[in-house]
Amino acid sequence: MKNALKLIGRRAISSIPVLLIVVIGTFFLLELAPGDAVDAYIVSIGGGDAALTEQLRQTYGLDQSPLNRLWLYLTSLLRFDLGWSVGFNRPIIDLILERLPNTFYLMGSATGLAFVLGTVLGIVAGARIGSPRDRVLSIGSLALYAIPNFWLGLVLSIVFAVQLRWFPTSGIETIASGKEGLARFLDIAWHLVLPVSALAMIYLALFLRVMRAGMAEVWRQDFVRAARAKGLSRRRIVLRHVARNALLPVVTMLGLQAASILGGSVVIESVFAIPGFGRLAQEAVAMRDAPLLMGIIVVSAVLVVLVNMIVDLVYAFLDPRVGASERSS
Amino acid sequence: MSALRRFARSPEGVVGFVILLTLASVALLAPVLFPGDPLRIAGAPLIPPFTDPSFPLGTDRLGRDVLAGLVHGARASLIVGIAAALVAVLIGSIVGTLAGFAGGLIDEALMRVVDAFQIVPGFLLALAFVSVLQPSLPIVILAIALGAWTGPARLARAEVLSIRERDYVASARIIGMHPLEIALREVLPNALPPVLALSAVIVAGAVLTEAALSFLGLGDPNIVTWGSMIAEGRAVLRSAPYLSIIPGLALVATVVGTYLFGEGLTAMLSRREQHS
Repeated sequence: MKNALKLIGRRAISSIPVLLIVVIGTFFLLELAPGDAVDAYIVSIGGGDAALTEQLRQTYGLDQSPLNRLWLYLTSLLRFDLGWSVGFNRPIIDLILERLPNTFYLMGSATGLAFVLGTVLGIVAGARIGSPRDRVLSIGSLALYAIPNFWLGLVLSIVFAVQLRWFPTSGIETIASGKEGLARFLDIAWHLVLPVSALAMIYLALFLRVMRAGMAEVWRQDFVRAARAKGLSRRRIVLRHVARNALLPVVTMLGLQAASILGGSVVIESVFAIPGFGRLAQEAVAMRDAPLLMGIIVVSAVLVVLVNMIVDLVYAFLDPRVGASERSS
Repeated sequence: MSALRRFARSPEGVVGFVILLTLASVALLAPVLFPGDPLRIAGAPLIPPFTDPSFPLGTDRLGRDVLAGLVHGARASLIVGIAAALVAVLIGSIVGTLAGFAGGLIDEALMRVVDAFQIVPGFLLALAFVSVLQPSLPIVILAIALGAWTGPARLARAEVLSIRERDYVASARIIGMHPLEIALREVLPNALPPVLALSAVIVAGAVLTEAALSFLGLGDPNIVTWGSMIAEGRAVLRSAPYLSIIPGLALVATVVGTYLFGEGLTAMLSRREQHS
């Protein structure tokens, strides 16, 4: 446990320069945009005179040099202040915190579903490499891996929401239903079935493939032969020896895919009109709200770092050899 | 020649090759098969597929030929997919080679930049990049490559770390070759094969990212893409779902073809390693 904490501490410190690169890089990328938030705002209210523009630029500090503003941004970041969204006329951190839970439900359920089903099916496929069952699952996972998630979302909603009417087409919960507690939870879960399935499939296929490949690798190792020689049952060998050792690469893959799952939720939230973090990114693009987009990118980078820390902890828990010594990244 | 034969012996690779070859010929012949702008109105709106012989796959809600769009869309998907992967592999292998070969502070600095690109969701980065620089084909290609070059960079670096200790690199050093020349002319070409095996996965990812970007309306507005066709069909999802389903099937076929082709490449390269 102490080792694990040390590991987390070291990870946190080493991620600071990386996050700094993200902030500075994003800042200069968004500097390239023609016009700023004030221009976008003036257009949205139907035009204004030069004095108003000037005054607004002063209020938001947009009249200063880029380096000054970068410094201001970095210092306010230390106070968890991400600036002001001109488009929404609200503090950016509030907007993001308000939208994050919906994205967490979506991402968390999709990741959980993909991980559990992917690993189980991977064990089924990897238990007998080359068997008909393995072939079917391998081909199936390849096909699943090739389906664009937003298109899968549309197809699922055509079939299950429009035709069969089993699930709602959009939203995160029934609007103004006044539901609370368990009823509200079930309502949200009901709304999330289709988007979670659409987002999870590609990762399910990925985890299946990694698990199967890992098992194929472990089957060749000496301790498996030893376990066979001891006369252990096949079931026990598959689960306790092979699958257990093949699980580690899948956990690593989970951390590697955190950024991609977050990116995928942007499109899925748009397909199912879920008011989450990803949809906020799309709204920021539509409103040309550069500071909001910047805040979203910075927060998503922090989230990915946090997910990777959790994955590291899980990894250290599963594999006692890790902990004191650094895992090669 | 034997490398080709090894590829031909992998059934996945052959199937993938046939799919990609078909797609590429369709894409190349698009201006001949369907001359004129695929975005122009060609007939009555919302003709269902397989009913009118002059529009085998029907028309969309503005009366544009779906089959013409599909064929022209193949060009956009393939161009973006291949170009983005090329740029990503090029940037990635150069950065990876330099980092692995230089070592020390340069390695440390370059790898932190790789880390930074890896913790930002590639799709979000592409979204920001395209929205800042206005959507056009080259910008979309660059935006996708920005999120995809870190994989090749890491792989190239790992390869270089093992290659740079070999004898021929030491001899190049002894005859007084410039370190940069050694890195780019001696080490990089030898580090490339495993990176190339990864490129099929990158092409597939790029095709999917391009589709998602144009689905969200961030593709080049002047060309027809499968993503924009799917987005178009959304407006009439209830009455004419085929408009969104057809281009999606084309996407799935392209990506499956690319993955299978990649498996063939991997089989080809891994068998070579066993021989040496």
